[in-house]
Amino acid sequence: MKKTHIIVLVIIAACIAIIMSTAGDASQYVSFRDAREMAESGNDKLFHVVGELPKDQEGNILGMDESQKLMFSFDLVDTNNEIGRVIYAEPKPVDFERAEKVVVVGKMDGEQFVAEKILMKCPSKYVEEEITETS
Amino acid sequence: MLHLFPGQLGHFFVVTAFVFAGASALAYFLGLRSENPEDSKKYTRFGRTFFLIHAVSAVGTVVMLFWIIYNHYYEYHYAWSHSSNNLPVYYMISCFWEGQEGSFLLWIFWHVVLGSLLIILHPKWEAPTMMVFMMVQAFLGSMILGVILPGIQLKIGSSPFILLREFMQDAPIFATNPDFVPEDGTGLNPLLQNYWMVIHPPVTFLGFASCLIPFSFLIGALVKKDYKGWVSYALPWSLFAVFFLGLGIIMGGYWAYETLNFGGYWNWDPVENAVYIPWLVLVASVHTLFMSRTYGKSLKASMILVVATFSLILYSTFLTRSGVLGDTSVHSFTDLGLSGQLLIYLLFFVGLSIFLLARNWKSVPDQSKELNSYSREFWVFIGVFMLILASFQVLMTTSIPVFNTILNNLGISSNLAPPADPMAHYGTAQLWFAVGISVLSALGPFFWWNRLDWTSFKNHVTLPLIISLLGSSLIMLLWGIQNISYILLLTCAIFAISANLFTLQKLYKAGLRLTGGSIAHIGLAILLIGILFSSGYSRTVSQNLSGKIYHEEFSDEMNLKNVLLWRGKTYQMGEYSLTYLGPRVETRYGSEMIDRDKIIQTSDPNFVIIENEVEPGSEIPKQSVDTVEIIAENNYYEIEVSMENGKRFTLFPRAQINPDMGGLLASPDVKKFFNRDLYAHVSSIVNPEEPVEWKNETSLRIKIGDTIFLKDHPAVFEKMETIEEIAGHQLSDGDVGVKARIRIFGPGEEEFIEPIFIIHDQMIGRLPDESIGLGLRLTLMEILPDENLFVFKFQSTQADYVILKAMEKPWINLLWGGTLLCLFGVILSMSRRFKDLKTD
Repeated sequence: MKKTHIIVLVIIAACIAIIMSTAGDASQYVSFRDAREMAESGNDKLFHVVGELPKDQEGNILGMDESQKLMFSFDLVDTNNEIGRVIYAEPKPVDFERAEKVVVVGKMDGEQFVAEKILMKCPSKYVEEEITETS
Repeated sequence: MLHLFPGQLGHFFVVTAFVFAGASALAYFLGLRSENPEDSKKYTRFGRTFFLIHAVSAVGTVVMLFWIIYNHYYEYHYAWSHSSNNLPVYYMISCFWEGQEGSFLLWIFWHVVLGSLLIILHPKWEAPTMMVFMMVQAFLGSMILGVILPGIQLKIGSSPFILLREFMQDAPIFATNPDFVPEDGTGLNPLLQNYWMVIHPPVTFLGFASCLIPFSFLIGALVKKDYKGWVSYALPWSLFAVFFLGLGIIMGGYWAYETLNFGGYWNWDPVENAVYIPWLVLVASVHTLFMSRTYGKSLKASMILVVATFSLILYSTFLTRSGVLGDTSVHSFTDLGLSGQLLIYLLFFVGLSIFLLARNWKSVPDQSKELNSYSREFWVFIGVFMLILASFQVLMTTSIPVFNTILNNLGISSNLAPPADPMAHYGTAQLWFAVGISVLSALGPFFWWNRLDWTSFKNHVTLPLIISLLGSSLIMLLWGIQNISYILLLTCAIFAISANLFTLQKLYKAGLRLTGGSIAHIGLAILLIGILFSSGYSRTVSQNLSGKIYHEEFSDEMNLKNVLLWRGKTYQMGEYSLTYLGPRVETRYGSEMIDRDKIIQTSDPNFVIIENEVEPGSEIPKQSVDTVEIIAENNYYEIEVSMENGKRFTLFPRAQINPDMGGLLASPDVKKFFNRDLYAHVSSIVNPEEPVEWKNETSLRIKIGDTIFLKDHPAVFEKMETIEEIAGHQLSDGDVGVKARIRIFGPGEEEFIEPIFIIHDQMIGRLPDESIGLGLRLTLMEILPDENLFVFKFQSTQADYVILKAMEKPWINLLWGGTLLCLFGVILSMSRRFKDLKTD
């Protein structure tokens, strides 16, 4: 075997290792049910759950609790339409109510999802409502 | 009155620039292809003329957009959404590239500058290089075209000159008043109001833009079938790109370190990765270009890497601007619906290069024989692969959202998400690549400059090896380093430094101009050691040793790794003793810090009135003078630090009211020492936006001279005095005004609370006075002359505090110093290669 071949093999092996480690470290977008099953089976990894905020007919968000000023909890409807309770150990992010979609990163603890990060997707055109005549 | 003219003129310039970019590319192409030298000259002249028109239009577009921002023409969406009235001129420059359209424009502008340089410096290569340049310019121009194709309703590009009313067609205000112009813009994100954000984007974009130069030389060479000549041009320009892109990266890192509070300079955010990935491949391409230039070898590898660099630049552009990253990045640009256009741009150039490479592949001279481990190129090649693999690792993970999109479009559902802990994921892998790169940056130059045999190798490597083993063992013992991978990186980096120092010493005799490579490698190794210590051994010094938690709802991290500083009280934190002196605001000009408790708000939050400092107890009445402009978003917290060795300094960590970034945003203040940084930011503060809530009301009946306790602080009711004027207004004859004076012995300096009681036109007025720092407020309610008693209302609130997190970053100066040294080496190398061009 020539040296070139050895090097090529080593490089291919390295690429495979990189891809494997990427796949291994990658988190997953899951539903609350999956996250619960995973947590119960002892999986300690953090997951992404995508969902929407439940709203009543007037568009008010339901199930949001910010009575504890330093902590914030809310309900999230995941893609399977299951409602999960999310706890976030930090104050409520600004513009949270405006979010069209909320992604929480964290894991299930019993019946609650403890979020370490909250990512929000806000409609880009919400500014429209804000502009009023000031002059 | 709407100012429609600047926008129309600007849009006209955009369209002209786009059209003439295409025309110029075509003319240059024809010039390149025509057999007849006369025709060729003629076409090239056309190409140049069209380029000139394009250049003037591009510069005209820039001027018009800046004009609109500068004059606060808020009828334009760009000015309204990125600027505001109180923004100083230097930040208006940042507004220019805050938006996606402006940053495209900046990129176009740099291409115009670099294109002009190419025409002047390398006239022989004008047609081939400028042909590629102008194709790229046409694509970039199309991104800001903002034209809707009639018939099919296809929108091409997003214009920076769009009016606000066109952007918000549904807004009710425009239905009633189409000529409505907002009085103020929504402003530049306060986080970006930082001098690094004025300089970092243009430098990074200059780096991005200069990656086009080696690519266009290559494409030109493939069209011309001149497979060797292009290398001597591509090399210095690639070094130019390495320098500016590298400088841009490090500036961004420094900005993040200074401004963001995650405690580091690098966060592996997709937007950061989008620059890092092509930069690594660019550096790899420089190494193969060196071999091609010096020995005529590895031409094919150089070609592939130059193409790869440029393709990755395009891919990065696609990643950050198409919206594909979606919610995985906090600071990618907003989606302007350009993803289709960006994809075509990417595929066009990747396809073109692959096509040209494939067609010429057989004709490219190939000198590669079996690789010999003592050959010059062998070790350089291994190093190049190491760089590529490092880049590949970041590329794979950053592309996860892209894979999802592709798979989902193919009908395969994919739910991969980016790693939940990116620091660990990238950090571990990149550390091992850094180990490899250090070893190879020692071996590569050695084989490059020395005789190639075992004896020579043994003679030259033994000493550096001994130095590195001894050096790293010593540091290991002193620092107590136990992590195997850290030890390995440290040893290899010292090896790289010592081996390159020996090479440097030898080369220096032959002249400074040869030493660029050695210096760059030494700088790189120092930089790696700087990263190793500052990140690997970053230590939280703010440990909660009080034995109490701050709040049961805080996270453990917050309760244990932070210190609570009450205003005025001194807290010992390791060798530092900290005293929080109070909140401050910063003047817009001159950056002076003013006590926030001593200012009076006006209707404009950016302008305040300062109450002049009055000596406690002096008879001079308080006067309110001086209206000053402040930066209302920025709240600072003055913390005095004294150290055991007698050193004293002040930290001003900042908390910014930044609705764009999620409310209150803390930025650190950094105290630099020779061997470490002290890095401190607030973790929790009394929200400056929330009104103070006074509660626990009690009534006090006291005599002059009485000592009382106000929330555990002893206080003396010293005296009553009459006052003649109040807040600058003279009291009239029938009025009575008295002021009580209560001295408080708080934890800090003594303070006075002086409530006022007046009778004016037979009406009683009571002006409470308070100590915000201690959370005390007194109101003089009643005076009972018969009993010689005074009745006060006492209220209290949360005393002022900050919760501070402080970290020590050891040897972080090695990171910045190593980077500068590395970039200096790149400059040396670059200037040598530019000189070679002249003598050729």
